[in-house]
Amino acid sequence: MLGLLRAAYLLKGVWAVLAALLVGSGLIWLGGSDPIEAYSALFSGAFLEYHGFATTLVKMSPMLLAGLAVALPLRAGLFNIGAEGQIYLGALFATFAALYLPEMPGWLHIIIASIAGAIGGGLWALLPGYLKAYHGINEVIVTLLMNYIGINLVSYFVSGPMLAEGAPYPYSDEIREPLWLPHVLPGTDAHLGVAIGILLAIMLFVMFRRTSLGLSMATVGQNPAAARYAGMSVKRYVMMSLAFGGALAGLAGAYEVLGLKYRLFHMFSAGYGFDGIVVALLADANPLLVTVAALFLAGLRSGANIMQRAVGVPTTVVEAIQGLVIIFVAASVAFRFEKSTLAGIMRRRQEIGAALYSESKSKRIEEQQP
Amino acid sequence: MMEVFLDPTMLADFLATSLRLSVPIVFAALGGVLAERSGVYNIGLEGMMLAGAFGAAAGTFFTGSPLVGLVSGIFTGALTAMILAVLAISVGVTQIVAGIAINIFSIGITAFLSRIVFSGQANTMTLPGYKAFALPGLVAIPILGPVLFNQDALVYLMYVTVPLLFILLFRTPWGLNIRAVGENPRAADTAGISVAKVRYLCVLGSGALAGLGGCYLVLAQVYLFSEHMSAGKGFIALAAIILGRWNPVGALFACLLFGFFDALQLRLQFANPEVPYQAFIILPYAVSILALVGLVGKPTPPGAVGIPYEREGK
Repeated sequence: MLGLLRAAYLLKGVWAVLAALLVGSGLIWLGGSDPIEAYSALFSGAFLEYHGFATTLVKMSPMLLAGLAVALPLRAGLFNIGAEGQIYLGALFATFAALYLPEMPGWLHIIIASIAGAIGGGLWALLPGYLKAYHGINEVIVTLLMNYIGINLVSYFVSGPMLAEGAPYPYSDEIREPLWLPHVLPGTDAHLGVAIGILLAIMLFVMFRRTSLGLSMATVGQNPAAARYAGMSVKRYVMMSLAFGGALAGLAGAYEVLGLKYRLFHMFSAGYGFDGIVVALLADANPLLVTVAALFLAGLRSGANIMQRAVGVPTTVVEAIQGLVIIFVAASVAFRFEKSTLAGIMRRRQEIGAALYSESKSKRIEEQQP
Repeated sequence: MMEVFLDPTMLADFLATSLRLSVPIVFAALGGVLAERSGVYNIGLEGMMLAGAFGAAAGTFFTGSPLVGLVSGIFTGALTAMILAVLAISVGVTQIVAGIAINIFSIGITAFLSRIVFSGQANTMTLPGYKAFALPGLVAIPILGPVLFNQDALVYLMYVTVPLLFILLFRTPWGLNIRAVGENPRAADTAGISVAKVRYLCVLGSGALAGLGGCYLVLAQVYLFSEHMSAGKGFIALAAIILGRWNPVGALFACLLFGFFDALQLRLQFANPEVPYQAFIILPYAVSILALVGLVGKPTPPGAVGIPYEREGK
């Protein structure tokens, strides 16, 4: 019985999704359509048809990377609500590198533009990390507010200095064709970004399991006081985990440009950074499960359009379902509360706060003693 | 640009705009102060405000009465807060996660329902609402009169709500209970206060206030509902709570500051069309962050904020 319960608990994300879909079917019914017809249009469109599945993969790329961008700091007890802004900064930096660096072989230029994107997103997340570490300012609020600044910063660049000549809409010049990411499904838009995302998810999984860096990060997350006794700087790890997260979101933005749009557009991201929060929470911050959650939620997104065309249900119902997924994930945490990753997050946040405080205090004492 | 601040009529006009722009943030921030004082971190203010805006629009749309819309908006805000209350107080989940869930759910559900309820005319209709009227006598005060006393009913409601909330929190036994529950729930429990009951009431009140902020957007600013019309105002309110040190009056002044920068941003957009307008849109957000960074001393939130309370032996 206990084993059964434990298995049911491990599948709690699945239960949450099913419950959300159930409530969602009520909404679809309210909108005057048949829920079964609507869902079958959605899921067959998203996963069973070649081009539909390709669209799912296109949306999965940024959702997966943004999911990792939220999950990584979450492991260290930090909430990164700013992936959306980091995506914009990543795209901006990658486009800079793609358009304005001297000509070089395509593959090398792709790598450099990717690194530039990661740096852009990483720097955008480093600021809230620094403010958290050295000023104790809540990273939730700072990352949230920085989204709006990041989005408008890109709007500024593409409608001002980077505006393509004769463009009817704020967007930049097109990047050179050798820089376009190869496609993973021939004849579709599905690009290499999704494969890179999966690779990074596996690497992160291994990093948390096997490397000293991953172990240190997890220690800072799980027991900041112990981390301090072991001589680790909690401040450094707070900044590092947020910056790494931001770098992953920056990659998401870079691949939207290099893989899909080939230009930097005004308002190009359809809230992928916020989807990343849903992905990470649904996956309980586990990098491998992030892949699965991103695939599923990307399918919901791409299938929603097909559903709207087929049975006339507005696509926004999918956003409501996404919200319901987190509500149910959050509620399911109530079972075996103490053991779940999510339950530990708030505790960790407080411990980090305490550790930061004592770290700065001990430093102050050191300074006072000449 | 400078003449705005030199000419009394233009200055009054500008300050009145600043005030109006800050009203929705003020209501949301008051809601946040109430919830956080009782120990519940309400990051779902944004979603509750949006739900309130939708409720106000739907109520007014069906009845033609802004008053019904107001009541409906306040109720919808409180209803949304019920989700946070159940998750954060009864179930004991991470409050930030619950708040994020509410925001994402609220954006989706209001967009979905607005298509059904207003069936395509959401962006074209004009709902009846509250218009400005001058308070006789008071409006004659130079500059301050037209700024403060030539406004709509909801602004006057705000003038009453801020001191009422202050008195409730700091001058009544109920307020003492609320703060006790927020600072040290175990001690409050020992003293016979029901922690869950106090927190439930505060979170529901918080949602009602945030919903009222949403009502203002619909019934006194744009007279229609549009998708995601709260546009981050609930998040700015979160910054205002910290700046205002969890005090209703402090939060009011923080919000007025944000309203001022928002009005300045609009004015700059019109005055300097050659500068891309995005440079000005980011002003209120940048000022929020700078204000948090530039705080003198460390802000101290209520002691138990964010921690679910479980009675021993449960």
